[in-house]
Amino acid sequence: MDRHDVTLTVNGRTSTVSVEPRKLLVDVLREDLGLTGTHVGCEHGVCGTCTVLRDGESIRSCTTFAVQVDGAEIRTVEGLAKGAELHPLQDEFWDKQGLQCGYCTPGMLMRACEIIEGNPDVTHDQVREGIASNLCRCTGYQFITEAVCAAAARMKADSAETTGAQA
Amino acid sequence: MTTMDRPDAPPVRTHKENRKWVGQSIRRVEDPKFLRGRGGYIGDMTVPGMLHAAVLRSPHAHARITGIDAAEALAAPGVHAVITGAQAAQLCDPLPDFGPDPAKHTWRCLAVDKVRYVGEGVAVVVADSRYLAEDALALIDVEYEPLPAVVDPERALADGAPLVHDDLGSNCAYERTFDFGDVERDFAEADVIVTDRLRWHRSGGQPLETVGALADFDHATGELTVHTNSLSFTSYLFMVAGTMKIPANKLDIRPVPAGGSFGSKLFATKPAVIAGMCSREVGHPVQYLEDRVDNISNCDHHGSDRVYDVRLAMMRDGTIRGIDIDTVEDYGAYIQFGVGHHGNALAQVVGPYAMTSVRYRVRAAMTNKNQQGAYRGFGSEVNNWMLEQMVDKAARELDLDPVAIRRQNFIREFPHFIPTGNVYDSGDYDGVLDKALELSDYKHWRAEQAKAREEGRCIGIGLITAQERSVFSATEFWFWFDEPGAPVTSMPESVTLKVDATGGITATLYSCAFWGNSPETMVAQLVAEEFDCDPHDVAIVYQGSKNGLPATGPGGSRTTVMLAGAVEGATAKIKAKALRAAAHLLEANPDDMEWVDGGFQVKGVPEQRKSLADIAVMLHLFKHSFPEDMESGLEDSKVFDHPYTTMPSADRKDLGVFYPFMGHACHVPVVEVDLETGSVSFLAYAAVHDCGTLVNPRSLAGHIVGGTAQGIGTALYEEFVYDDDGQLLTSSYLDYLIPSAMEVPELKIGHHETPSPYTLHGIKGGGEGGRMMAPAAINVAVNDALAHLGVRVTELPITPDRLRAAIRAAKSRESG
Repeated sequence: MDRHDVTLTVNGRTSTVSVEPRKLLVDVLREDLGLTGTHVGCEHGVCGTCTVLRDGESIRSCTTFAVQVDGAEIRTVEGLAKGAELHPLQDEFWDKQGLQCGYCTPGMLMRACEIIEGNPDVTHDQVREGIASNLCRCTGYQFITEAVCAAAARMKADSAETTGAQA
Repeated sequence: MTTMDRPDAPPVRTHKENRKWVGQSIRRVEDPKFLRGRGGYIGDMTVPGMLHAAVLRSPHAHARITGIDAAEALAAPGVHAVITGAQAAQLCDPLPDFGPDPAKHTWRCLAVDKVRYVGEGVAVVVADSRYLAEDALALIDVEYEPLPAVVDPERALADGAPLVHDDLGSNCAYERTFDFGDVERDFAEADVIVTDRLRWHRSGGQPLETVGALADFDHATGELTVHTNSLSFTSYLFMVAGTMKIPANKLDIRPVPAGGSFGSKLFATKPAVIAGMCSREVGHPVQYLEDRVDNISNCDHHGSDRVYDVRLAMMRDGTIRGIDIDTVEDYGAYIQFGVGHHGNALAQVVGPYAMTSVRYRVRAAMTNKNQQGAYRGFGSEVNNWMLEQMVDKAARELDLDPVAIRRQNFIREFPHFIPTGNVYDSGDYDGVLDKALELSDYKHWRAEQAKAREEGRCIGIGLITAQERSVFSATEFWFWFDEPGAPVTSMPESVTLKVDATGGITATLYSCAFWGNSPETMVAQLVAEEFDCDPHDVAIVYQGSKNGLPATGPGGSRTTVMLAGAVEGATAKIKAKALRAAAHLLEANPDDMEWVDGGFQVKGVPEQRKSLADIAVMLHLFKHSFPEDMESGLEDSKVFDHPYTTMPSADRKDLGVFYPFMGHACHVPVVEVDLETGSVSFLAYAAVHDCGTLVNPRSLAGHIVGGTAQGIGTALYEEFVYDDDGQLLTSSYLDYLIPSAMEVPELKIGHHETPSPYTLHGIKGGGEGGRMMAPAAINVAVNDALAHLGVRVTELPITPDRLRAAIRAAKSRESG
């Protein structure tokens, strides 16, 4: 089968991989780039387990061919923490027990990231509606919603502090 | 009533006061790796030379396989092997089966001469990649001779139905009726007999991660190593070894974290056997991961699928005397767990109510569907639903208050033996109910309901009170049969604790694959409680089955209680050695010393003290400072056996104690039903649970909310639908509807703690959480919303179609 070169910038690092046109983005991330944090759940775009951000917007990597996102900037769960320091979303998920088995968590975190970055003043109800794109079989969503709201508040406070410091 | 003397209960314990770590909602020790995307699930594992397997599934519900031509597939690029069902039957023996007559309903990893449901595997391809393996599947040519399918369990039991297993001679795999207590008397003396017919359709755990295995057979040593997200089989290793036809000591099954299970990865032997068989054939490591269609159609873990005809013997004042249950269960095409699901129900069949007799008839039907396995509740949640619908109907027929009728019948003296022989160790059902009435703002919602009704809106309140049994003994799987009689099953769980030379503690677990529960956090908190350390400083290791200690694994809400017993036992051994060492070093009498804040000291002389680290370094490095009989190191293990299980009577009129630590809960959903669309939405939801002493309240709350979300799915949305020809109509998440954040309400959660007298700290199991109660509560709520219209729904899930049909039928009755 034909192969195509696909160049992706994933979590700030640019790589070129040679792939069959049918190869899914999630498989390129997991198999070619070794980023196994992004999982597959339903395999046809319903459950959101495979969610990653493409140029800042969430997509289903299990129904996206890698060749469709040639040249894109991709963010995955592996890009959230800065070394030892967890992203506020990760830290609040830990604190509020917004995860049990952890399998939907990477997709949920990336979707939550998109929600907060798109609206730093996001309300509890907006978070709940926003994460309805992603299924979680363990938690019943309540502590996820709590965690996302807490992270949003923290990120807003942090950014106000940073802005204040700069001013 | 009983036909045997009951053995003594275990000694009643005095529980530690002022616990430091048990009872704290600490951050789970498992979580950081998952939050960073480094969970290490089975699909994340690769090893050099690894190949991939994919399974060809039957498109027919029932058909003879008259030929398979795999030549083209075998010649396809990257393909290493194609194994058909007939070939697999030469390579492997049947899969392990606890069913009534395994020789007559034989279950194999791939179908041999006949397929019995849509999705059953007929051949497996091994190739360089999953893509290539699936390409080759399309090239396999299978000739089928379709047979008529049987889909409805009651039709399956009727004369002339097509036979799922010819050797069985009928589609009834098991039938028996048990009487517990004086059923005849209770029904003869009853003022009113409330009857109903109820139908619970099948749903399933559907974890977002499917089942998988990575197997590596080493022809040099004859050893098979399998990594799998099923539980680690330590005590049940012989089952897989038997199927693979290898000695049990040549098999090592290593657990990896599972992305959810909810029961559905319990003894998931088929993927491990398929991967193992393929690896042995091709001489490479082979990974087999179910895809979503495999999992929905062929996971062997669909949930309960029951028809109930029930009679409840009632006195006019609301006293419940007895219950007569006649149930047909649709087990699908195989029956790997036998009728254990009904054994489970018998552990708490009377709920929290003090009735004195039970008749239980079960018939297990074979049909052309994927077989049943385990789903959170394991059949008890279905019994809870049935019983609460009956109590609710009794309240309506007798014009009694639904809260009062429940309270009136509560069991209040413990330990209490129910008619089946199982014991309820402790409980405070009034306390839970009172808390739930307050938390749910029950009076307020009754007032709102009345107001809404004047506006033509249909609001319903679904108060139910129900049990959550915990810590199973395997008796429930075999008391169905008089022969072979087995002794009582011990169901052990083991922990090894090692104190290293610096005083750091490592706990080794032997069966508890992580599957979303918190075995590591539980053990870390329990160890911290014993040793006065920080739970986040306790290291946790999972041992594979090889060289493992006896261990049963999670299931039936047993993990925390069993691990607690093991931690307590291992701690006692370590502290005994540490005490002796400290006394020797301090030249003190051990009897004069006590454990205080992480070390041993002379009573009343805190300066005469050795910390655990002081003792550990001496024991590890300076053994010659101690008496001859003390060995180096500070490590010990405890194999903890089921603390309270007894034999059934020979005549099976008393099933003995098999599920003794009895949790309880009260759920109060408030729903609104849209009469025009048949949709059900939540206005409020309160849940109060009592599972004894809490170890990590937030983790338990997570099981309550998460289990309730699954219960909402069971009650309103989720169903594996097979059409009359046995075609599976819900083979994807577009059709099998799992609740999203918009379908699950915010819960108000209350905890009540009635410690068990028999377990460490008084802990009971609570892992099955809200799914034990939510289906019952939601059904009661919907019926409460529509009672004034004469509508009563008796079938789950309550889909808009079913609800609209019930509303239409009530209207036509009214106008007719």
